[in-house]
Amino acid sequence: MASAEGQQHPLKIYYVMWIALFVLSGFSYATDFMDDGALRTFFILTFMLLKAAGIVFIFMHMGWERLALKLAILGPPVAILVLIWLMSYEGFYVEDTRIENYGPSTFVPEAVPHH
Amino acid sequence: MSEAVMEPGGTAGVVNDFARDKQVFGVPWGKAMMWIFLLSDTFIFSCFLVSYMMVRISTTDPWPNPSEVFGLTAFGYDVPLLLIAIMTFVLITSSGTMALAVNMGYRKNRKATFWLMVATAALGATFVSMQAFEWTKLIMEGVRPWQNPFGAAQFGSSFFMITGFHGMHVTAGVIYLLIVANRVRNGFYERCGSNYEIVEIAGLYWHFVDLVWVFIFAFFYLW
Repeated sequence: MASAEGQQHPLKIYYVMWIALFVLSGFSYATDFMDDGALRTFFILTFMLLKAAGIVFIFMHMGWERLALKLAILGPPVAILVLIWLMSYEGFYVEDTRIENYGPSTFVPEAVPHH
Repeated sequence: MSEAVMEPGGTAGVVNDFARDKQVFGVPWGKAMMWIFLLSDTFIFSCFLVSYMMVRISTTDPWPNPSEVFGLTAFGYDVPLLLIAIMTFVLITSSGTMALAVNMGYRKNRKATFWLMVATAALGATFVSMQAFEWTKLIMEGVRPWQNPFGAAQFGSSFFMITGFHGMHVTAGVIYLLIVANRVRNGFYERCGSNYEIVEIAGLYWHFVDLVWVFIFAFFYLW
């Protein structure tokens, strides 16, 4: 059964991760019942990152790969943080210029129908 | 892999892996290429999510509340994000069955691998069907990529682009899984002497689709 090649791990790890994902998703969903604010944002991001880490390191076996592969795959996405910073900066600037030149929005949204 | 045992780990291992006259990654080439494809896909989805952030910040129109737009009435109560929550749990379940399929593949248990992969594909198809239902509902309520009665038009654009692209990935994944599952069943990998790493490679793609949904769920539906 045990083979020197490939990713062979006890089934228990997968069951634990699976249950953890269900619980964390439940917590994620529960944040929708919280009031908007920094605390809610913090919970949304925390549960998101925990779930993502669990999927990548356990289910995708990244935790057991050599450091060279970890760095080559997980390193480059860090650059996205720069894009997020630049685009949010740009976004607030665009919003300001729109308000300055066109004035505040006059759009009146319809109420969302009950399904 | 047998020589890898002798090689140094940690940062010395990284220098060794990249600098020595050998194959850099000690994994089957298919797995390395799948990881590199997933890295490029990460950038595609990141660009979508960042552009969604950008238009949401820059619009002066009010942003609709997703928990109302995607809410459903069940048993007389307005439950926020009900369908989206169910879709999330369906996708997580499919991720678990896929992880078990990979494990069973390495144990050379062909029957269990086949059925677990079929279950994964079925759950994926269920996910896409529910997404089709969600799209139909929003389109009937007047949401379009260029307009949205509940607030900023950019909500419609972001929604259809991001969930559409993700749904396309799930659909492709279902087809991919069924092809690999069929080859597991008919003994194709047995005949060509494969170590069933192909199941793990297909699994990588499937887990990635679940991973992207984690981010979409957090940023688009919850934020």
